[in-house]
Amino acid sequence: MIRIEDLEFRYGEGEFRLRVPELQVEARTATACIGPSGSGKTTLLNLIAGITTPQKGRIVTHDTDVTSLSDERRRSFRIKTIGLVFQEFELLEYLTVLDNIMLPYRINPALRLDSRVRERAISLAEKMGIGDKLGRHPGKLSQGERQRVAVCRAVLPEPVLLLTDEPTGNLDPANKGLVLDIILDYARENDATLITVTHDHDLLARFDTVIDIKEFAVIGEGAGRQGGGTPQ
Amino acid sequence: MRQTLYLAWRYLSYHRVKTLILLVSITLIIYLPIGLRVLVDQSSQQLTARAAATPLIVGAKGSPLELVLNTLYFRSDYPEIMRYEQVTRVTDADLAIAIPMYVRFNAQGHPIVGTGYEYFEYRGLDIVDGRQLGMLGECVVGSRVAEALDVGPGDFVISSPESVFDLAGVYPLKMRVAGVLGFSDTADDDAIFVDVRTTWIIEGLGHGHQDLSRPEAASVVLTRDSTNVVGSAAVVQYNEITEDNIESFHFHGDISQNPVTAVIALPPDQKSSALLQGRYQGEDEPAQIVRPVNVMNELLGTILSVQSFITAGAVIVGMATLATAALVFMLSLRLRRREIETLFKIGGSRLSVASVMTSEIIAVLLAGVILAGGLTFLTGQFGSAAIRAFIRM
Repeated sequence: MIRIEDLEFRYGEGEFRLRVPELQVEARTATACIGPSGSGKTTLLNLIAGITTPQKGRIVTHDTDVTSLSDERRRSFRIKTIGLVFQEFELLEYLTVLDNIMLPYRINPALRLDSRVRERAISLAEKMGIGDKLGRHPGKLSQGERQRVAVCRAVLPEPVLLLTDEPTGNLDPANKGLVLDIILDYARENDATLITVTHDHDLLARFDTVIDIKEFAVIGEGAGRQGGGTPQ
Repeated sequence: MRQTLYLAWRYLSYHRVKTLILLVSITLIIYLPIGLRVLVDQSSQQLTARAAATPLIVGAKGSPLELVLNTLYFRSDYPEIMRYEQVTRVTDADLAIAIPMYVRFNAQGHPIVGTGYEYFEYRGLDIVDGRQLGMLGECVVGSRVAEALDVGPGDFVISSPESVFDLAGVYPLKMRVAGVLGFSDTADDDAIFVDVRTTWIIEGLGHGHQDLSRPEAASVVLTRDSTNVVGSAAVVQYNEITEDNIESFHFHGDISQNPVTAVIALPPDQKSSALLQGRYQGEDEPAQIVRPVNVMNELLGTILSVQSFITAGAVIVGMATLATAALVFMLSLRLRRREIETLFKIGGSRLSVASVMTSEIIAVLLAGVILAGGLTFLTGQFGSAAIRAFIRM
């Protein structure tokens, strides 16, 4: 479960502020986060993941208060507990598909790379239809294939929380459905909590809950409103 | 650490052209000044070793460097010629052993060194095939000459004319190879040694021709009286000295006036050396006496100051290249900011991410150092041989 209490966040001295008095996302649910561009959807994901820290308030992710952790511990917590998928895939061009999938195991000693992990990475890639492209570099893959590699990378450490930031934003309709299926299937099969930022309202029916970030964003002093999650 | 190095390796091998350029630049930055230093040190050592082993050289007044280079290394234009009486002068002074040197001619690209038997003993040169010089017109060849010309005892080498237009002077002399010297890794390996009188024959100061007193030579005799016989142009001149015709070879004029290029003087002690040097200090003195080691040190001093300039230049270029390499690394980090952010976002530890970036730089630097070290080692091993080969070209 993710619980946010009395959270306030702003970038420097800018006018944008995110104010979340209270928000709760149940474990093992699929939640969509919607809202206009610049309203703070990605910021909310970053806060939940501990990538950025709020000026005020608490974020408890699966019983861990991420706001109280040191930077290094937040990173270790994130790499073990949270899988992240980005709109731009963010694959490393100089690594092969297999190396990209296993990347989390090479950049933090909290995860240990062994033959079992390697076998799991290969079987995951096969399951996602990219098993024959393990030796290729991302530059030689289609958009849909790249995003599948990014999803494999996010789920390989078997995270209990999957945060995906517009994972289908750059995909054609066929790949959009396929990638969303993969993400939702993983979440359901592994009892993971899923929060997905999306602009695509056609996809909302596939989620258990929808958060409208407009409820929390404040542009300019005194212009904001306060709100909470909207169950569907 | 293994994972960090793996990622660094993947990055470097994927960007192999960039990596190669950086590697070559860094290798050259490190190697150029060090390699140059090793090369100069070796050359200096080699040049001074032979010079240090030669106590004194007497020669006609002129360039001391030319005199030393010609006498020790059989290179450069031949120095001012002096008379053979200068050899006798050293001997008569009873202060040193005198070894005549006449290094002027060559045969098929190899210098002909006219000298005496003492030279071989003094330089510690042994015959490994054949025998020592036995008669006028014979030669012994250095090991590299034997190899290059593919000659051995019983074969012949022919002296080269100095000029095709010099019809009256130097003419080719066919010299029989008596023996081959052992390899000494010095200039002696590239030389053809003959008795100094043989060089005079090459120069035309001595010659051999058919005996005009014999009845069969009557047809080439123009006039004959009790003291003189005048032959015609049809008199047969020999261009090879054999046991059959050696008796006909003779020198005209005063032998003491015949030419030599230098005298190597071997005084038995410091005192004799000092006394001998004192005898050549007069203002009207036609000859000079030099200590080869001093001449070579002066030359090396010039080379070393040139080397200092080259080293300074290499250091400046190196610093500029290093600054460029640093800029390349910084720009590369800037270009990879998004990648670094991704690594941070998915949970990469600060240490691991920083290690990946620094490992790449360290790997390139280390590879550069190792390559430069290897090149320096090779320079140390083969540099002097390469220089000698280059000099011989």
